[in-house]
Amino acid sequence: MAAGVAAWLPFARAAAIGWMPVANCPMPLAPTEKNKRQDELIILNVSGRRFQTWRTTLERYPDTLLGSTEKEFFFNEDTKEYFFDRDPEVFRCILNFYRTGKLHYPRYECISAYDEELAFYGILPEIIGDCCYEEYKDRKRENAERLMDDNDSENNQEGSMPSLSFRQTMWRAFENPHTSTLALVFYYVTGFFIAVSVITNVVETVPCGTVPGNKELPCGERYAVAFFCLDTACVMIFTVEYLLRLFAAPSRYRFIRSVMSIIDVVAIMPYYIGLVMTNNEDVSGAFVTLRVFRVFRIFKFSRHSQGLRILGYTLKSCASELGFLLFSLTMAIIIFATVMFYAEKGSSASKFTSIPASFWYTIVTMTTLGYGDMVPKTIAGKIFGSICSLSGVLVIALPVPVIVSNFSRIYHQNQRADKRRAQKKARLARIRVAKTGSSNAYLHSKRNGLLNEALELTGSTEDEQHMAKGTSLIESQHHHLLHCLEKTTGLSYLVDDPLLSVRTSTIKNHEFIDEQLFEQNCMESSMQNYPSSRSPSLSSHHGLTTSCCSRRNKKTTHLPNSSVPATRLRSMQELSTIHIQCSEQPSLTTSRSSLNMKSDDGLRPNCKTAQITTAIISIPTPPALTPEGENRPPPSSPGHSTNISTTTTSNIVKVSAL
Amino acid sequence: MNLEGLEMIAVLIVIVLFVKVLEQFGLIEAGFEDTVEDEMEMATVRHRPEALELLEAQSKFTKKELQILYRGFKNECPSGVVNEETFKEIYSQFFPQGDSTTYAHFLFNAFDTDHNGSVSFEDFVMGLSILLRGTVQEKLNWAFNLYDINKDGYITKEEMLDIMKAIYDMMGKCTYPVLKEDAPRQHVETFFQKMDKNKDGVVTIDEFIESCQKDENIMRSMQLFENVI
Repeated sequence: MAAGVAAWLPFARAAAIGWMPVANCPMPLAPTEKNKRQDELIILNVSGRRFQTWRTTLERYPDTLLGSTEKEFFFNEDTKEYFFDRDPEVFRCILNFYRTGKLHYPRYECISAYDEELAFYGILPEIIGDCCYEEYKDRKRENAERLMDDNDSENNQEGSMPSLSFRQTMWRAFENPHTSTLALVFYYVTGFFIAVSVITNVVETVPCGTVPGNKELPCGERYAVAFFCLDTACVMIFTVEYLLRLFAAPSRYRFIRSVMSIIDVVAIMPYYIGLVMTNNEDVSGAFVTLRVFRVFRIFKFSRHSQGLRILGYTLKSCASELGFLLFSLTMAIIIFATVMFYAEKGSSASKFTSIPASFWYTIVTMTTLGYGDMVPKTIAGKIFGSICSLSGVLVIALPVPVIVSNFSRIYHQNQRADKRRAQKKARLARIRVAKTGSSNAYLHSKRNGLLNEALELTGSTEDEQHMAKGTSLIESQHHHLLHCLEKTTGLSYLVDDPLLSVRTSTIKNHEFIDEQLFEQNCMESSMQNYPSSRSPSLSSHHGLTTSCCSRRNKKTTHLPNSSVPATRLRSMQELSTIHIQCSEQPSLTTSRSSLNMKSDDGLRPNCKTAQITTAIISIPTPPALTPEGENRPPPSSPGHSTNISTTTTSNIVKVSAL
Repeated sequence: MNLEGLEMIAVLIVIVLFVKVLEQFGLIEAGFEDTVEDEMEMATVRHRPEALELLEAQSKFTKKELQILYRGFKNECPSGVVNEETFKEIYSQFFPQGDSTTYAHFLFNAFDTDHNGSVSFEDFVMGLSILLRGTVQEKLNWAFNLYDINKDGYITKEEMLDIMKAIYDMMGKCTYPVLKEDAPRQHVETFFQKMDKNKDGVVTIDEFIESCQKDENIMRSMQLFENVI
């Protein structure tokens, strides 16, 4: 719930009066504000610059330094203000976060300095608003890359590398020639041979002196053997290289389909085909054609040159603009060719024999080449010819800058789109987590609320404060609001998350989910999918869920470790297991396991005061790793949170939140 | 013949081009001008509320309470008025699980007493004043007004059904027990049984107030939000 909206909470609660006449059951009591202080201004002195704000503004986020009692450590008695010896510029952003609920990242700020400040004030960077989040992530990634580069170069100097398999080392050597000297040697050798092969192809056709008979021979025929040997050598090297790459590729299928491998194949196939097909007169024409394909070897250079690759990529991404250019050119060519043909039809000995023949004239004129092999002779032809050349300049010159600017725009856009797509998933996950987080917090506090009532009945007050530590007044009011809604409709909230579905049942109001009831419930309203969820809460029921909860997917498994806003993180990690040592009102908590307790009357005298200890379990591993069907984990194991139906100690009822 | 025709066309084209060039130099005025500025800046709606003293007199809040209310109000809506979209957005933040837009729509109509499509701070304060500091009669009046969608003085079953569905929508899909299709309708039936004394299918304001005053639960829950501010 955003901070700014907290100001509207009174309104929402007041509007809840609209539900009252409709409700069938009585409403729960409203939370009372125990210490309601008059709102006061507090002064924050950050390195000399004084900021002032209301106390309640800061208390909107009780998990941060400024919102909690941690700031008392910085209170200066003499001047009655809170003094922080930190950067006032960044503090401006942080204070604005409290005021508006949105954390912004100023672009001029250094990323590591900003991170440090956030860490100091206890604010998770994931709260950064969408407007600045991209920039923040970019800068962070650059910084991380820089750090990684530093680390890498350090590692390289130390020479400590993780051991990879032979195949993997080979692949790395191929892709990145700077990894080892052998790779570098290989790189230069192949480059050299590509060059040799291309030059050979070119020189083959140069006329090389004469033979007796006054016929000029190209070098290729004069020194046929030498050229053949060179060619063979080159092709052998290329073949070996290709086979090695094929062997080392992590995904052979993908490698075969990649552009570079196709180029390789096309480069070496003509040779083999030529070997097979020698001395066959019929196909010698085709053989000559095949030789043309040898020129494709020059594309092998693109492995050696980053620039070529970028050019190829940008051409590919500008295909639509190029297509447009081509299309408009074609339109103009056809129009002008037709006009010229009909204009020149009458003149004698006109070269414009047909419209396709006029195409040549039109192209040559529009690109301002003007060979002069076809010229119009009539007046009309000349007029149209000049119009043609003028428009040619326009038609060709206009799209070119557009294409050029599109190059850079599309290129950068692609990069940014990829980034955004990658971040979008994370962002959606965050939003979803925040949503479930708030309803989880509600269920959480409902439990606490019930326990509070139990405690109140037993009359111990200090533990109440233990309980209430986690929730602020605004949260309790919000939860009360949701509770009223539940009462009005007679339904109750089910959290969309297996990690926090509660598993004790209270007879009083049938709201908490008893596992068997839930299962029955799900089977009755049986909806679609059987997700292969490995949720421990339904460990013995193999992931049977309703459609709403089938959204529970792999994403939730990284809930504990994921980026959760600070306000939610605490409420989820705290109080994840609550041990209740017997209560004097057994009717309130009749879970299956407490049946043991009921029968034991001898415990009563010992249970004058109910003690509630909260065990804060940090969740080290995602629950997905817990094996299913594990029914009796050892009580002290952290993070394992499966069904605990029967416990060995009869007077401890474990209410596990996981 | 072809030649002549084409020659004429060629000459025509040359003349047209010539005219265009002259136009560029401004020597020939041609065509009509569109001088109307199509783009007018959207006037931003700004609203300043009545003076503090006036509001204090009209409502049952103290000055301090009004100050706190206004600060929160202005924070969320800097322009001073809330339109329905913003209202729905704000309200939906309190109910993340379900869909609260329908109910927010009804609520908006209930707050927007002058029906001008926006809730100003005065409307807001007046509404809250009734809800939080009003007599039970006034609160019930307000609730009746909320349920009576077309403000004709009668709550029909259809209106009640709409309201009920809107409330149930707010709970969302993940509830226990799972929401049955006819639960809102049944709830409406229960409501009408309780409220509709003369069984004529509609509930008037008097029937409503009378039935509510007889019901202990409702009376008690009306007092629930006394200390919200």
